[in-house]
Amino acid sequence: MKTISMCVLMCLAAGVVKADWLQFRGPYAAAVSTEAKVPAAEVKIAWTTDLPGRGLSAPIVVGDKVFVTCSSGPGQETLHVFCFNAADGSKRWERAMRSTGRTMTHPKTSVAAPTPCSDGERVFALYSSNDLFAFDLEGNLLWLRGLTFDYANASNSLGMSQSPVVVDGTLVVQSENDSESFAAGLDVATGRNKWKMDRPKAANWSSPTVWKGAVALQSSKGILAVEAVTGKTVWDYTDGASTIPSSVVMGEALYAVSHGITALAPEKGSVTQIWRNEKLNPGTASPLVLGEYIYVVNGAGVVIKASLKNGDELWKLRLKGPFSGSPVAAGKHIYAVNERGIFQVIDPEAPEGKVTQEIELKETVLTTPAISGGAIYVRSDAKLWKLQ
Amino acid sequence: MKFLFSSLFVIAVLPLHAAGDLSKPIEALRAVQKEGLGNEAAAKAWQEIVKEDAANLPEVLKGMNGANPLAENWLRAAVGVIADEALRGKKLPVEALVAFLKDTKNSPGARVVVFDLIHRADAKLAEDLTPTLLEDPSSDLRRHPVAKLIEAGNAALEKMDKDAAVVAFGKGLGGARDEDQIKELAKKLRELGQKVDLPKHFGFLMSWNLIAAFSNADRSGFDTVYPPEKELKFDASYEGKVKPAKWAEFTSTDEYGKIDFNKPFGMEKSVVGYAATDFFSTEDRAAEIRIGCKNGWKVWLNGELLFARDEYHRGAKLDQYKLPCQLKKGKNTLLVKCCQNEQTEQWTTEWEFQLRVCDATGTAILAAK
Repeated sequence: MKTISMCVLMCLAAGVVKADWLQFRGPYAAAVSTEAKVPAAEVKIAWTTDLPGRGLSAPIVVGDKVFVTCSSGPGQETLHVFCFNAADGSKRWERAMRSTGRTMTHPKTSVAAPTPCSDGERVFALYSSNDLFAFDLEGNLLWLRGLTFDYANASNSLGMSQSPVVVDGTLVVQSENDSESFAAGLDVATGRNKWKMDRPKAANWSSPTVWKGAVALQSSKGILAVEAVTGKTVWDYTDGASTIPSSVVMGEALYAVSHGITALAPEKGSVTQIWRNEKLNPGTASPLVLGEYIYVVNGAGVVIKASLKNGDELWKLRLKGPFSGSPVAAGKHIYAVNERGIFQVIDPEAPEGKVTQEIELKETVLTTPAISGGAIYVRSDAKLWKLQ
Repeated sequence: MKFLFSSLFVIAVLPLHAAGDLSKPIEALRAVQKEGLGNEAAAKAWQEIVKEDAANLPEVLKGMNGANPLAENWLRAAVGVIADEALRGKKLPVEALVAFLKDTKNSPGARVVVFDLIHRADAKLAEDLTPTLLEDPSSDLRRHPVAKLIEAGNAALEKMDKDAAVVAFGKGLGGARDEDQIKELAKKLRELGQKVDLPKHFGFLMSWNLIAAFSNADRSGFDTVYPPEKELKFDASYEGKVKPAKWAEFTSTDEYGKIDFNKPFGMEKSVVGYAATDFFSTEDRAAEIRIGCKNGWKVWLNGELLFARDEYHRGAKLDQYKLPCQLKKGKNTLLVKCCQNEQTEQWTTEWEFQLRVCDATGTAILAAK
C-alpha cells in the first residue's frame, strides 16, 4: 500500500509526463490522473469521432493512441477494437472479430462492457461474451481466448462487465456469474493460464483494484487479494462487498464498497478495519479518492465528500444524474458524465462543492471517462469525444 | 563448417512455408484449441499470413471452412489486415471473392466476411448480390435480402398495393431466421389479414408430458436424480415436494412455444419439474436443439445429457442456448429438467422454457408426425 501511495505521490510531485491511462479508472484503478498536465479549468470538445457499435467500456490511452472497444450486429456478435490517434481522432487501425461466447445482455448494457487494459506494449480486450484478444499497439494479433468456449457455463444472461487488470506480466480476468464462476491469471505473452480459481457462484459486475502488486478481487463475499502471478491469497476480507461499484485504493488504505464504505488496512495476511460509514452508499458509480477525501456518488446522483481519516461527511452536492459511469479526477477537478450525456466538472475544494462547467454531449453515456495528456476521453454507443 | 553454419542460417530464416504455400501457417491457426493451446505458433503463423498478397485471400478464407470458432477468429483477423491493405490500394480480388461467396459449401462465417468486403469494395455489386442470399445457409447473410423485402413491402403499402406488400412480406418471412425480422414480418402480414403460424416457422415443440413438483430446496434439486431421469413412465406417481408428483399432458398455446409449469402445477417455489416429448425425424441428421429458459435446466436427447445450466432469473430469450446434436431417424426422446428457485420477487415467478428443433441456420426441422 505504501508502495502504491508513494508511487502515486511521487508521480504527482515529479510531474510525470507519460500520458497513459491503461485500464478502467486509470492508474491503480484509482480514477485519478497521475500526470502533471491536467485539463484546462474550462474544457471544450477538441474532436469527435464516430463509433460503429455499442459499448460501456471506457477508452484507454497508451501514449498517443486511444483504444476503444465496441460490439455491433443484430446480436452484438461482432467485436471491434479501435485504435485512434489521440491528437486528432483519426483511426489508426480497427480489428473486427466474432464472439465465441454468449452475447445476451440486459438491453441497457452491451457486449463491449469490460474496459480493455494495457501493459504499455499490448492491449487486452475482453467482452461480456468472454472473448479476449491481445493485440500489440500496431494491431497485430498476439493471442486470443474464448473463455466461454473453454468453460461452457461461464456466462451471465444479464451480461458481464468485469474489467481486467495487468500486473507483473499477468493479465487477471474475472468471469464471475451464477454458474461457472472463476478468476484467472493469464500469461500476457501467450494467453495461457498461469492459474485459475473458483469464485463465488454469484453474478458480479465489479472490477478489481491493484494493491501492492496484488490484485484485490471483489465479490458479494468480500475482497480477496491474490498475488497476480500465482493467484495465491495475500489477504481475505470476508464481510461482504458490492457486486456493482468497485473499491478504490489510495494512501494506506483500501476503501471497500462494503456496508457503505469501509476503510481497510490489509497487512501481512490480516485485514484491519479503520472506519466504516454506512451512509456513504455508492449507486452504480465507483468512489474515488482525491487528496484527503473520498467522493461517493449515490443512487440519487448526489456526490458526498467525506474525510479519508474517519469517513465523516463534509458536504453533499446534487449533480445532474443518474450515473452509470464512474467519476474521474485530475488536478483539482472531478469529472462525471451522467446517463443523459451531461459532462460535469466539479470543484471539490469549493466550500460546499460546486459544478463549474457542464457540456451537453447529446448522447446517452453509460461509461467512465479516461484522462491523459491534459485531455478527457468519453465514449457513447456512437461517439468518442476528446475534451480539453 | 562454414557450409554448416550457412545451412543453419538459411533454415533459421526460412519461413514456415515455401513461397505461395499458405497451408502450414493456416494449419497453425486451425490447430488452436481451448485454453490458449497453440497460441504461440498461431501468432507466428499469423504474422506470415498477413504479409501475403490479397490474391491469396480466398485461400486464407478457405482456412475457415470447418475451423473451430477460435481458429476462425485468428483467420478473420488475418483476412481483415490483408483486405484493409488491398482496399486502400484498390487491389481486392473482388471477382474471386464473389465466387467464394457463391459457393455455399464455404463456411457461413467466411462468407459473411466476404460479403462485407465486397460491400466495402463495391456497394452496388453487393446490392445486386443481395437477393440471391434469401435462402442462404448463413442466417446473417439472409438478413440483407429480408431487409430489402421489408422495404419493398413498405413501399408497396405506401402505394396502396396490398397484394404486392403481401407477396414481399411473405417472401421475406419465408427467408427470415432472426427473431426481430420475423416479428416485424408476422405483424405486417397479420395487419394485412394473413395467417402466420409462428410455432411452425420456428419449429417449437408444443406438446409435452410434464411432471412436478420435486424439491429444489437450497437449489439441491438441480443435481438430484429424480425418477424421471431414470425412467419415463407416464402413468407413474412419485414422492413430490408436498404431494405426489404425477405426469400431465400439456400443449402450449403460446406462439413462442413457452411450456409453463405454473399453469398445471401452480406458482410453486424451490421445485423441480420435468418435461418429456418425442420428436420423430425423417432421417439421421445433424440438428440443433435451441432452448430459452431463465430457470435452472438440463436437456437430454435419447438419454444423453446435452447441457446443464444452473443460472436463475437473469433473463431468457429465443435461442438463448444452442445445443448441437444428432437426430436419429424415427423417434427421438427429449427430456427437460426445469428448476425453480426460492426467490420471491415478482420477476422470479416464471417457471418455464421454450424449445425448438432446427438446423444450424435456424430453419425449423419439422417432426415427421
